[in-house]
Amino acid sequence: MYGLDILKTMGVTFGRFIMTFWDDLRWFGRRYTLQALPIRQSARGRGIFTVQYPREKLPLPENYRGFPFHVVDPDTGKSRCTACGICARVCPPQCIWIVRATDPQTGKALREPAEFTIDVSICMSCGLCAELCPFGAIKMDHDYSFVSYRRDSGEFLWNLERLSKPLAYHARIHPTAYLAEQAAMEKKAAKQ
Amino acid sequence: METQAMTDVLTSLKERFPDAVEPSEYEGVVVAPARLLEVATFLRDELGYRYLSLVSGVDYPQPTTRFPARFEVVYHLFRESGGPLTLHVHADRDDPVVPSVVSVWPAANLHERETWDLMGIRFAGHPNLRRILLWEGFEGHPLRKDWHEVYYEADKKPFDSRYPNGRPVMAEARSPLGDNLRYPPGWSPQGWQSQAEEAVYAPLEAHLGGDGRRMPTDQVVVNLGPQHPSTHGVLRMIARLDGETIQQLEPVLGYLHRCHEKIGERNTWLANMPYTDRLDYVSSMSNNFGYAIAVEKLLGVEVPERAEYIRVIMAELTRIVRHLISIGSYTSDIGVYLTGMLYALEERELILDLFEMASGSRMMCNYFRFGGVARDLPDGWVALAKELVYERLPRRIDEMERFTFNEVFRARSVGVGVLPADKAIAYGCTGPLLRASGVPYDVRRAEPYSVYGELDWDVAVAYHGDIHDRFVVRFEEMRQSLRIIRQALERMPEGPVLSGKVQPALKVPAGEAYGRVEAPLGELGFYLVSDGSANPHRYRIRAPSFANLGVLGELCKGHLIADVVAILASIDITLGEVDR
Repeated sequence: MYGLDILKTMGVTFGRFIMTFWDDLRWFGRRYTLQALPIRQSARGRGIFTVQYPREKLPLPENYRGFPFHVVDPDTGKSRCTACGICARVCPPQCIWIVRATDPQTGKALREPAEFTIDVSICMSCGLCAELCPFGAIKMDHDYSFVSYRRDSGEFLWNLERLSKPLAYHARIHPTAYLAEQAAMEKKAAKQ
Repeated sequence: METQAMTDVLTSLKERFPDAVEPSEYEGVVVAPARLLEVATFLRDELGYRYLSLVSGVDYPQPTTRFPARFEVVYHLFRESGGPLTLHVHADRDDPVVPSVVSVWPAANLHERETWDLMGIRFAGHPNLRRILLWEGFEGHPLRKDWHEVYYEADKKPFDSRYPNGRPVMAEARSPLGDNLRYPPGWSPQGWQSQAEEAVYAPLEAHLGGDGRRMPTDQVVVNLGPQHPSTHGVLRMIARLDGETIQQLEPVLGYLHRCHEKIGERNTWLANMPYTDRLDYVSSMSNNFGYAIAVEKLLGVEVPERAEYIRVIMAELTRIVRHLISIGSYTSDIGVYLTGMLYALEERELILDLFEMASGSRMMCNYFRFGGVARDLPDGWVALAKELVYERLPRRIDEMERFTFNEVFRARSVGVGVLPADKAIAYGCTGPLLRASGVPYDVRRAEPYSVYGELDWDVAVAYHGDIHDRFVVRFEEMRQSLRIIRQALERMPEGPVLSGKVQPALKVPAGEAYGRVEAPLGELGFYLVSDGSANPHRYRIRAPSFANLGVLGELCKGHLIADVVAILASIDITLGEVDR
């Protein structure tokens, strides 16, 4: 019968329409609770699974790659960075700029950065710097919302101070990776 | 078997053309330019090389002990089954001219134009040799090694200015706006008329009746794009119409051109990986796959089995995403508005969640490494993926099919934009476009890479070659992808996911390699030439949607203007990949 398939198509749309309300009733009053979201947002979700951004934000997976940040060692109060320059060399858009610190008396290069700048307006969040940092100094952040009215105002040139975040923050957003790192460090220490 | 067939081909070539063909340094043969057309015709008609995959130019600016400075044009040819045949043609560096093979393989049309545009090699006898990605006001040919951009810093990354004394300079400071433009000598933007437009407008003049006074009411020229909702990006089509019927249609490309290949040649090998994400930005995992395979060919590294299975799962999930988007956008193009698109995006969202869990990013995954993948799947990933591919996706694909194939869809698609099989092969079409024309050609089957040879799946094919069948193929392919993913999830062993370590300054042995994968849109190829250093000497991409666009004008001829939108959507292009 001509038009039968159109009815089928409209049946799909109608089914979706009904499911949306069914889902709303099922989670009535607790749509955005922690019990509801993992189900509403998963393969088992039946209704629409949008959230009210920015009032509601979804949890990010641990591997999420935002922009890089420096992990500050709680013992020294400084970044773990040794200014080895691997991140600056591997960075695909070349947005990492490092000035290596030198000893003011002897003029010898020190194992720490004097300046460390990331131009996040160019950064492509590829995560290669964090992946290849041998000292675990750079990690990818979970904070993704930055705005500025001007590109050339310098607000996107993040210096070491702006990039530094405490180790506890890293442990909080990357729990699995943090535990693995700690275990590896303890193993290394035990060996020595 | 494969090598035996290859040896036979080389022997018969050598027998037939003893003085025009000689073995090449790396792969395939070197052909004398004067005899190229003869050799090409022989290869096509008698040895069955009917499908030209890629034409690339390579610049060797410095004379070496073995050869003088020169250009090389490289052709990659395939048969329906069997490996590639690579032809090399040498050209003088001061005045590079090579005969055009468009008369033998029409697929060469766009590739040769691109090589002229970016490399400055002229193709004698090309019917329409003008710039394709750049405009006429562009000075020089950027892929030549001695061409430098205005914000030029160094030939190769990493730049010395970054470390150990790296004080940031913003790009605007180095090339201020207004000063970053150079015109060719004697060229002025005033009074400039695009050659592409002239080519379409020229037949109009005939209707002006010579004196230019008669109103050209018979035919009109209409521009669709570059900002047009149906193009999903910035593609412009110039159409000459008779009433509502298309007489001639010319796609104008390059609005999203960023000279990806030049960037790629500046980059280190590893740093190119995130850039490949930006080609077909909907299916970044497939792009990673192609590039990884090409570099692994040069490196000769083995990929651990677990990594192979992860790669296949990711690539097939990507295929589902891409086909869903394609179906969704087609329905929105023919007038369903966003309903179909949003249904497609909903399923895509769940797949992107999986990508994000594994790779850290939803679209720009950057997940593959040479010799494996970046990191192992996180806990719980497999369970979520199983839930999705066993429970939800099969039902949703069925639902999508019920939603799509109705009378309105059929009225717009059956018998529209028919592409016969021989034409599809001649124009170098690949992917669902080719398979809907009754050619069951799939790189995963023709030249199995990764673990596709061990898995049980079918090549989706349909026989009418119209828009309708392209979507039949896409639905079938999604189901086959589900089949592949299920098998891969069951069989995936435990173990390492990367052989060796990721090396920041990887040096790749000198040589050339053509790695190709069946991306959702068609054959995605990476032709890489290494000179043994940490940067590619040549980094060339065969983008499936760019090659498929070559047939658009042919497909649209004689159809109504409303069908152009439908035909374009059924070819399914991503501008990030077309313009590169």
